[in-house]
Amino acid sequence: MLEKALKGSPRYWGTLTALGMVMLLGLGFWLYQLTFGMKITGLNRDVSWGFYIAQFTYLVGVAASAVMLVLPYYFHHYKEFSKMIILGEFLAIAAVVMCLGFIVVDIGQPQRMLNVLLNPTPHSVLFWDMVVLNGYLFLNIIVGWTSLQYFKNDMTPPKWVKILAIVSVIWAFSIHTVTAFLYAGLPGRHYFLTAIMAARFLASAFCSGPAILLLLVLFLRRLTGFDPGQKAINRLAVIITYAMCVNIFFFLLEVFTSFYSNMPGHMAPLIYLFNGIDGHTMMVPFMWTAVVLGLGCLLFLIPTPVRQKTPALVTGLIMLVIASWIDKGLGLLIGGFTPNPFEEVTVYSPTIPEIMISLMIFSLGGIVLTVLWKIAIEVRVEVEGGNLSMVPPPAAE
Amino acid sequence: MYNAKYIIPGILFFLALALVPVVYNMGHQFEVKPELPKDQKECVLPTNEMRDKHMQLLNEWRNEAVRDGSRIFVNAKGQKYVKSLTNTCMSCHPDKAKFCDRCHETVGVAPYCWDCHNLTPNQKSPIPPVASAATGGH
Amino acid sequence: MKNSRREFLKLAAVSAMGIGAARLGFLGDAPAHAAGLPTVGNYEEGLKAKHWGMAVYSAKFTPERIAACRKACHDEHNVPDIAGPKEIKWFWGASYEESFPTEHGHYLSEEVEHRQFPLLCNQCETPMCVKVCPTQATFQRPDGIVMMDFHRCIGCRYCMAGCPFGARSFNFQDPRPFIKDFNPHFPTRMRGVVEKCNFCAERLAVGKLPKCVEAAEGALVFGDLSDEQSDIRKVLREHFAIRRKPDAGTSPSVYYIL
Repeated sequence: MLEKALKGSPRYWGTLTALGMVMLLGLGFWLYQLTFGMKITGLNRDVSWGFYIAQFTYLVGVAASAVMLVLPYYFHHYKEFSKMIILGEFLAIAAVVMCLGFIVVDIGQPQRMLNVLLNPTPHSVLFWDMVVLNGYLFLNIIVGWTSLQYFKNDMTPPKWVKILAIVSVIWAFSIHTVTAFLYAGLPGRHYFLTAIMAARFLASAFCSGPAILLLLVLFLRRLTGFDPGQKAINRLAVIITYAMCVNIFFFLLEVFTSFYSNMPGHMAPLIYLFNGIDGHTMMVPFMWTAVVLGLGCLLFLIPTPVRQKTPALVTGLIMLVIASWIDKGLGLLIGGFTPNPFEEVTVYSPTIPEIMISLMIFSLGGIVLTVLWKIAIEVRVEVEGGNLSMVPPPAAE
Repeated sequence: MYNAKYIIPGILFFLALALVPVVYNMGHQFEVKPELPKDQKECVLPTNEMRDKHMQLLNEWRNEAVRDGSRIFVNAKGQKYVKSLTNTCMSCHPDKAKFCDRCHETVGVAPYCWDCHNLTPNQKSPIPPVASAATGGH
Repeated sequence: MKNSRREFLKLAAVSAMGIGAARLGFLGDAPAHAAGLPTVGNYEEGLKAKHWGMAVYSAKFTPERIAACRKACHDEHNVPDIAGPKEIKWFWGASYEESFPTEHGHYLSEEVEHRQFPLLCNQCETPMCVKVCPTQATFQRPDGIVMMDFHRCIGCRYCMAGCPFGARSFNFQDPRPFIKDFNPHFPTRMRGVVEKCNFCAERLAVGKLPKCVEAAEGALVFGDLSDEQSDIRKVLREHFAIRRKPDAGTSPSVYYIL
């Protein structure tokens, strides 16, 4: 099937070239970081994790996109999702690849990375995060690739693929839980130290991941005519909406606990993010944008007649993605490290090289995604013939 | 074979490429003479063992000294030494360029010991002096 | 307290001279420049304890004394002098509010309000940095000292997130150009690893007290917390002492006498 990635339209090659150029540019900045060290980042003694780890955290959520399709499909036999499943699994692969990339660029001695395997340390959550992320990557590669292969050959996938798919659903919960545990178990980091951190991660993942998937699928529909089916789109939109409501609800639980208890350590990060402390207000506009977009997107997503209109759905989804990205891709990490252990504010903002290196990894993810989706769609064209718009759902299971 | 006319030359080209260094060095003899300390006759272990296994020994030393707090090395003769690269090894072999680098350069290894460890216990500045062009530095 | 401290310094000095010279170690007849290096004999007379700890007579600390201790420590360990938020520090001073941020006392005695407190790694009994480290580069010795194995550190900075005391610093760049008074007997660090105070494990190993304790002229008391007869236990019996952020659950081994 890989050969399908080697032939394509100028548009396909143009996309890959453009992404490749951005990646090369970012690579230059990464070499700069490898030569001079992480002093080229905005990270510091107090905010020791920043943009890289935040993107990692957000993308772990995106990797969940597949679950919200695989779960209804395999657990509840919801057949409408059959066309989208493979896209979800391939998006998960791209997302996990980006996650691993962000970890590699974030560590100070990447050439020693295998020390984590040479000295396995079960009491470190980072060790388990490595296990679950790599496991999830392999599960999705195996399940996605094998079922596509069988679909191409017009055969029913073997039983073990179905078993692995079910395992991957449960496994997906583990990647969010373990990633949340990276933060949730740290004393003295009050914004992280919350029992519902894992639940918040799941809620945020189950809205933002499928939202990104759905946006990409709608874009793909315009571009290639590939139609996953209106029913599937509507159903996924409903799932996203519920998850977003839960996500906002969980955040409000944090706000209540912090402010009703009136505990200074728990209030301080929220005050810093939404109001600023000692005149440091860098995060305030971002956080309020997230509030406006996060609540605003519900106006487009909750009323069914509005949600079912594509332009409104797209608007709502874009608002949701931006809001959840600010919450998790900026606020979570910066709020967790500010104020510092001395209750002082050290301002962190990512530098240009940091952003360029991040773009390198996003482009890498883009390339992986473009190639994998190209293969998936070409296989469909081959099996169902003719153009890219396929009508009857295949009897895949 | 399917597409043999592309695959076989491809494999041959790859093999040729992989074997270039072996062929290039075939018949070449190289002998390295690191400068030995003039006022010392024996090292912590016999010369042969040091030549073959000094990296393992240093690795053991660093783990034992740092992690187990065991800082005294006793050799087969019962002699005791302090486990320290800079303070023990480099006290006798004070010139890295004439001792360490001569071999390391020839066999093409670049251990990163010196990114942290000082060249000698009487080094003047934290930034080690760059060795001569032939031996290079890091 | 003073007496026994003097005693064990004396003991250390005696062992350095006598036993060291009697040994056949190669440093005994090493080249002349190696003079002053610790000998096998010194290492055989290292200080041992079940649980090293420190008591701080905070009232005896002035900014000058903190600066002196800091300089002694940083020179000994080749800690680079980097200004700004990417700073590296093993020993430093901070106000009461920064040192004990969970206390939130509104009406502090003026003297305490303006006092500078010496801060260093708390060498916790249940250290979070050790728990989170994915490679065991940070580990705890049986005598309680929380140590770094710089060879193994991958620079993930998880320990910095885990430490509730801000005691850890990351080498964002090659530290060597920033080292002022260089000590060739102690290694430097490389870029990309985390570092912190090691309670002078390398000095204890040769029978010497930590450098800051030496420089503090009695304002810091160092000893075995699990030995009831030790100076530090005596001091803690006689004075009211608190620890930083006990609610973080890490159980610091550094006590502050207010």
